Amino acid sequence: MENKLVTYTLRIADDSMILGQRLGEWCGHGPILEEDIAMTNIALDYIGQATNFYEYAATLAGNGKTADDFAFLRIENEYTNVLLVEQPNGHYGDTIARQFFYDIFRKLYFEALLHSKDEQLAAIAEKSLKESKYHVKHSSEWVIRLGDGTDLSHERMQTSINNLWKYTDELFYMDDVDKELIEKGIAVDLDTLRKPWLDHVEMVLNRATLEKPSATWNFNGGRKGVHTEHFGYLLAEMQYMQRAYPGMEW
Amino acid sequence: MSNANWPLFEVFIRSKNGLNHKHVGSLRAADAPMAIQNARDVYTRRGEGTSIWVVESNLIGASDPDEADELYEPALTKVYRHPTFYTVPEGIKHM
Repeated sequence: MENKLVTYTLRIADDSMILGQRLGEWCGHGPILEEDIAMTNIALDYIGQATNFYEYAATLAGNGKTADDFAFLRIENEYTNVLLVEQPNGHYGDTIARQFFYDIFRKLYFEALLHSKDEQLAAIAEKSLKESKYHVKHSSEWVIRLGDGTDLSHERMQTSINNLWKYTDELFYMDDVDKELIEKGIAVDLDTLRKPWLDHVEMVLNRATLEKPSATWNFNGGRKGVHTEHFGYLLAEMQYMQRAYPGMEW
Repeated sequence: MSNANWPLFEVFIRSKNGLNHKHVGSLRAADAPMAIQNARDVYTRRGEGTSIWVVESNLIGASDPDEADELYEPALTKVYRHPTFYTVPEGIKHM
């Protein structure tokens, strides 16, 4: 039981951490100053959420590992984030598409996690939900602007949406960990989020004059530690300081 | 950063209820909703605000700096216009 809750908490933490790291890569490279700041704001929201979940996982694990150990000193297949969040930033439309899919999921997830019987998870969800609502607003606005923009922006946004679609099914991946914790009233039954997620995505895509992709072939594996080829590079950069200077504190 | 195709907006932030919106700066955006979103990210990161107004800079009418003398100088000598001869009742804030 205890271990499953640690696994569960680490999955949410890893999603937050890796997405925050990806967004942080935009720092100083945003297409306009305001978006550069928006992206780093959102990156810090996600890293803040990761901190909360890692600290809770460290408390639960009770094996002397700290939140930093979880964040920086595991190897590739010990991270259990979904594959969507580790996908490269690409051009701005690619980043917006990735954020759009994940932000909507995350908001719905937190709304459900508010009712968890685990008080700490519910508390983190409550704190994080406000951030997630803004993230949804931000990424949805940009999907609409780029989709319903010029011919070129429309075409590129549609391609980004199409390319990342195959990673969206994994958002709803569940296994024994989830099932046991759902029975205890702790975890969120992700099947209940599928329809609201799809409805929201379709609503925005319609406004953006974009097509919902029809592909049904999906990737998964992230929750079991099997990642895409981009992930090793991300970790190498993210972990560099802790690996080069073990125990270094900021 | 600067994009000639996007109009300039002036940003006004109200720091708390009951106070007035104050001009804090300007930014470029495609339209007002984007300007508000940008202003939120650029100007309220440290809890500066509870409300944002944006207005396109070219919609603001402005006085001519060259007319500053005739517009403002005459007021300088009319000290009796200042409400400094009244006693402010206790408990009045933001006067």
